[in-house]
Amino acid sequence: MKILVCISKTPDTTAKIAFADNNTKFAADGVQWIINPYDEWYALVRAIELKEKDPSTIIHLINVGGADADPIIRKALALGGDEAIRVNTDSTDSFTIASQIANVAREGGYELIFTGKETIDYNGSSIGGMVAELLDMPFVSLATKFELAGNMATITREIEGGEEVAEVNIPVVVSCQKGMAEQRIPNMKGIMGARTKPLKVVEPAAVEALTSIERFELPPAKAGVKLVSPDNPEELVRLLHEEAKLF
Amino acid sequence: MSVLIYIDQAEGQIKKSSFEAASYGAKLAEQTGTTAEALVLGNVSDDLSALGKYGIKKVHHVADAQLDHLDAQLFIKVIAEAAAASQADIIVLSANVNGKAIAPGLSARLKSGLVAGAVALPDTSNGFVVKKGVFSGKAFANIRINSPIKIISLTPNAFTPVLGEGVAEVAPFTATIEAPKVKVTATNKVKGQIPLSEAELVISGGRGLKGPENWGMIEELAQLLGAATACSRAVADAHWRPHHEHVGQTGGSIAPNLYFAVGISGAIQHLAGVNRSKTIVVINKDPEAPFFKAADYGIVGDAFEVMPKIIEAVKKLKGK
Ligand SMILES: Cc1cc2nc3c(=O)[nH]c(=O)nc-3n(C[C@H](O)[C@H](O)[C@H](O)COP(=O)(O)OP(=O)(O)OC[C@H]3O[C@@H](n4cnc5c(N)ncnc54)[C@H](O)[C@@H]3O)c2cc1C
Repeated sequence: MKILVCISKTPDTTAKIAFADNNTKFAADGVQWIINPYDEWYALVRAIELKEKDPSTIIHLINVGGADADPIIRKALALGGDEAIRVNTDSTDSFTIASQIANVAREGGYELIFTGKETIDYNGSSIGGMVAELLDMPFVSLATKFELAGNMATITREIEGGEEVAEVNIPVVVSCQKGMAEQRIPNMKGIMGARTKPLKVVEPAAVEALTSIERFELPPAKAGVKLVSPDNPEELVRLLHEEAKLF
Repeated sequence: MSVLIYIDQAEGQIKKSSFEAASYGAKLAEQTGTTAEALVLGNVSDDLSALGKYGIKKVHHVADAQLDHLDAQLFIKVIAEAAAASQADIIVLSANVNGKAIAPGLSARLKSGLVAGAVALPDTSNGFVVKKGVFSGKAFANIRINSPIKIISLTPNAFTPVLGEGVAEVAPFTATIEAPKVKVTATNKVKGQIPLSEAELVISGGRGLKGPENWGMIEELAQLLGAATACSRAVADAHWRPHHEHVGQTGGSIAPNLYFAVGISGAIQHLAGVNRSKTIVVINKDPEAPFFKAADYGIVGDAFEVMPKIIEAVKKLKGK
């Protein structure tokens, strides 16, 4: 079986969010980059678990990005995966990124394509669904569990106030979130091994972007907290009722 | 030309987030001088003509049991057909669980730009620019859609529906329906609880509550107010509370009218999932807890002393 795991590079969760060039670009100076947590903790680790169960499984990682993504790709390879492919283009348009992934996937003949449920920078939750449609494959989003028996995948996904269990034959595209797997730390053997695993760089196909970022903005600053004495919590209830009119 | 709004339902009932999408789509139709039409898939028990109150003029209904449960691929094909039939140049859906499964594929199928998770009506003064949350609630981006057809998924609880008087015309819509490839075999819902993603009021607890046995006060306050319950990642990781209650950068992202946080420090990753809440209340015994910087109201105090008094005061207010 062949699995493709989509890996995105995102700012560290503690990174200061600021913008440059007249608020048209993310200010990347001094920012630490990480593998998007959903891609790493859930999509990649679940793929690795499937390979541990069936060692004939081949895992490929794919990233659409510039050479500055190579360190996080190596880190992903240190966790697991046989080789990585980087499509050498930078874009913030989901359709452009998904089209590049679909082009590579079409050649690769993957039975499973895993993504994280969203990236923590653009929060689009879009790549998996777009890739599935471009490849005419079924798509199951927001998965919290994934089991495979023969060609039949049993997938649990989040719904409002609960979960839904669905069955689908592979090939399938799945977006992964908490519950799928547990975060892992790469070990020394993995880190050493990752250095020699293939990281293929391919040039992008021509795709026209459907969207473009016009301008970023930061939320308005909070006015400041109104503190109520711990001896008089009833006053808090009064304020929420009468001033904020919440209930 | 029209604005087509996909109305999501579960067990025959229209979801709250879809009423928001309906109203948003109707406002957008007004803004662009077209009409708002809705598409409902599967069997429903709700009165569809009542969507007229939200500004919908016409409802296309595909009452086929194969559409009672989501198969994204199938839904995308049906929505694309309805969009062509109603000559929609704007398609609106909620960015709820199903919207997240459908909207991206629809965008790829129609080669039409998607803004996923819009928080306001588009600016149509010069092209078509939509504001959405980015960096997990820490910022916004204004995104221009360049394609002739535009697709918007609306963040739940970001747009307050405007109610009017209208009655929508309901007409059956015949679409090509292939057998779904994704077959739903079970649905497990926590009974009697308000889904976190749809809740207007949320009471949330952190590690400061010391253990799962102390969640009674969170649940009691939630029950009194008709609120949903949430928790920090530390709490979900310790298995004190179920995973679906985990909010933050790597959990659920919510924007209720009230987020009431008890014994949560307010780490940057936690704030990322909740800082779009309209009012934030923080109960924490540490005056230096970072959460106070993001709060509107707060009490520096011990939750175990403060919470019972708050519950009493709410009971009195509610006449219980
Ligand atoms: C990559 C990454 C992603 C993460 N994603 C998330 C996420 O999505 N969501 C999330 O929540 N966290 C996330 N975290 C973890 C986050 O950094 C914090 O560790 C976590 O939010 C802490 O949870 P807490 O506030 O419940 O616990 P603590 O940090 O232990 O805070 C407990 C608080 O309770 C207060 N307290 C103690 N006793 C009392 C009392 N009797 N009365 C009142 N107050 C009391 C303390 O003063 C303290 O402020 C992430 C971390 C990383 C590195």
